[in-house]
Amino acid sequence: MAITELTLYQQAILLLAGLIALTSFLMLGQSRLVRLVLVFALQGLLLAAATALAASVLDYPHLYVSAALSLLLKGIVIPVLLQRLIHRMGLHRVMDTIDHPARVMMAGTALVVFSYYVSLPVVQHSTLVTLNAIAVSLAVVLLGMLLMITRRQAVAHVVGFMSIENGLFFAAVVSTYGMPMVVELGVAFDVLVAAVVFGVFFFQIRSSIDSLNVDQLSKLTEADR
Amino acid sequence: MIAVYLLLLVPLAGMALLSFHGHRADAGRLNVRFNALALAASVWLAIDVLINGPELSAGRLLYIDSYNVYLVALTAFVGLTTSMFSGPYMAHEQEIGRVTARRLRLYYAMYQGFMLAMYLVLTTNNMGVMWVAMEGATLATVLLVSLYRTPESVEAAWKYFILCGVGIAQALFGTVLLYFAAEQKLGVGGEALLWTVLHDNAHALDPAILSLAFVFLLVGYGTKIGLVPLHQWLPDAHSEGPTPMSAILSGLLLNDALYAVVRCKMLVDGSLGTHLAGNLMMGFGLLSFLVAALFLHRQTDIKRLFSYSSIEHMGLMTFAFGVGSPWATFAALFHMTTHSLTKSAIFVTVGHAAQLAGTQRMDKIRGLILTQPTIGWGLLIGTVAIAGFPPFGVFASEFLVLVATMDDFPWLTPLLLLGIGLAFAGLFRHIQPMVYGDVPEGQKAITANLWPVFMHLALVLWLGLAIPGFLGNWFSQATQLIAGSLPQ
Repeated sequence: MAITELTLYQQAILLLAGLIALTSFLMLGQSRLVRLVLVFALQGLLLAAATALAASVLDYPHLYVSAALSLLLKGIVIPVLLQRLIHRMGLHRVMDTIDHPARVMMAGTALVVFSYYVSLPVVQHSTLVTLNAIAVSLAVVLLGMLLMITRRQAVAHVVGFMSIENGLFFAAVVSTYGMPMVVELGVAFDVLVAAVVFGVFFFQIRSSIDSLNVDQLSKLTEADR
Repeated sequence: MIAVYLLLLVPLAGMALLSFHGHRADAGRLNVRFNALALAASVWLAIDVLINGPELSAGRLLYIDSYNVYLVALTAFVGLTTSMFSGPYMAHEQEIGRVTARRLRLYYAMYQGFMLAMYLVLTTNNMGVMWVAMEGATLATVLLVSLYRTPESVEAAWKYFILCGVGIAQALFGTVLLYFAAEQKLGVGGEALLWTVLHDNAHALDPAILSLAFVFLLVGYGTKIGLVPLHQWLPDAHSEGPTPMSAILSGLLLNDALYAVVRCKMLVDGSLGTHLAGNLMMGFGLLSFLVAALFLHRQTDIKRLFSYSSIEHMGLMTFAFGVGSPWATFAALFHMTTHSLTKSAIFVTVGHAAQLAGTQRMDKIRGLILTQPTIGWGLLIGTVAIAGFPPFGVFASEFLVLVATMDDFPWLTPLLLLGIGLAFAGLFRHIQPMVYGDVPEGQKAITANLWPVFMHLALVLWLGLAIPGFLGNWFSQATQLIAGSLPQ
């Protein structure tokens, strides 16, 4: 189906999906923690925009609630929390560079292609938009994992973790018009608690290894100690 | 139906109260009381289900059938006996200065929070809420793993948090796909994630999407079960956290994650009509079983040793559920019970042994049976039971797994026997010197509260000699539910 045959709503969702995937790549390449969190906040805003759009066009009022939740949690509260932690711990000048940026980007691209391949069975049952949404959200999940693998700073791991949740929310909104309200609220609550627990952990990790470089957390191994 | 609400309200109230009173001297006893109340509620619920059959709450948010009712009772029972052990244990830890009053408050509040999450996982009818509760259990326990604030414990907790968080995110993706498949048939709305609705319409769900969803669900909840290669967090979390937590993690959390996987398997089987889900579970299960049995041999830390034993047994259960014949399913349900009871008893004993020796290193723990015979015997009998010796219940359930495998996949039985043999050797080469070795100088007996252990072991012994009628009945009904027919 050519893209011009789609309705405006569908085109907008595809655009947002593309932008969300783009933010994931931006995060992958970003070595300054402050900017990493900024890009994450941008992803949260895009997610909220996609949700609000779906809510108004498809007329599912309960999606407005999840749009507000995404905006509040992913777009504002968690980024602000992380920024404050970064400044309090004096991490805003720390560079968390990756060793082989080109290879990481190639791996990220491969993950996107893989996501489309995995989502193929779904396309026979639904529209182009759903396929793209599921493939992109799976890609965002996998890119979040890649981000966590390639980084050493605990803050970057948290951003990766939260962007995985973003990918899941996007899948839930676009392919299934949002999960039931009770689930949505529960997940949002879990994310909020997780963010708080992460904050607690930053202080614990710093007091135990004197930095937030989790590469140094390597005391526990299978070999004899 | 009131019993279910009570079951959920009691730990909720407990969490609220203990987050204010947890640092007081009587917090341990308060914790025991709340768990006793929850056990009473679960017994009430069990009797209710025994008389009236499966129940669905108003609003269809909670659902109890013969498959989860016995797990609820088991959870409440292990929760109670572990809390009996944890009171004096944590008091001792506070005395030697490993925890402060504030952290003790955190510990008791999170203990109740964990129990609440476990009950919710088991009783909810909504696959999404099940996920939320499972993640809630991670969040409740993650702060407990780092309770001692040593660098090792912080590392273990971080690993646990990240690995289980990312892992369980996969399960959420699986749940979204499940909802996506269901929604096409059942329409938009809260109905499409209710397990009862999904189960009734399983044949209508799209097989391609469901098989994709199952892969994500298995990987996600499999991380929590501790299936190899997603098990890395488990030995660390078990060995660095406080011992009562190891007991409830091994005895309850792993079971409940497996429970979630099997619920998902029932849906996928109904939709696909093939053995795909079973094959995946068999593969993962067998791998975990064998790898963990090998890893038992090279452990130096006593709690790590038994956490690998947990991985091994969870692998065996996953394998048995994967085989999927009525007998194998029956055996797996039975093994869930016997393993929970035995493993939590062992962790309680191990906790005392480590306190006695002042270390968790196995080469420093010696002469238990001479210093304090009850601990020595407890550890010895517990290990005999978990290694699958008759007449204990684990023997009966493992034997059933073997017989069931012989029926359907005879060429896999040698592998199972090999694993059991390896695990047996791995356990006893470490346990024997700890129990019988020479007593180190200055080792004195401590105040130990071992009657939860012997209560558990007596129950396991009873289950090995005879399964009580109502329990066998539940196992049969659950088998019929999961495998589609009764064991002949």
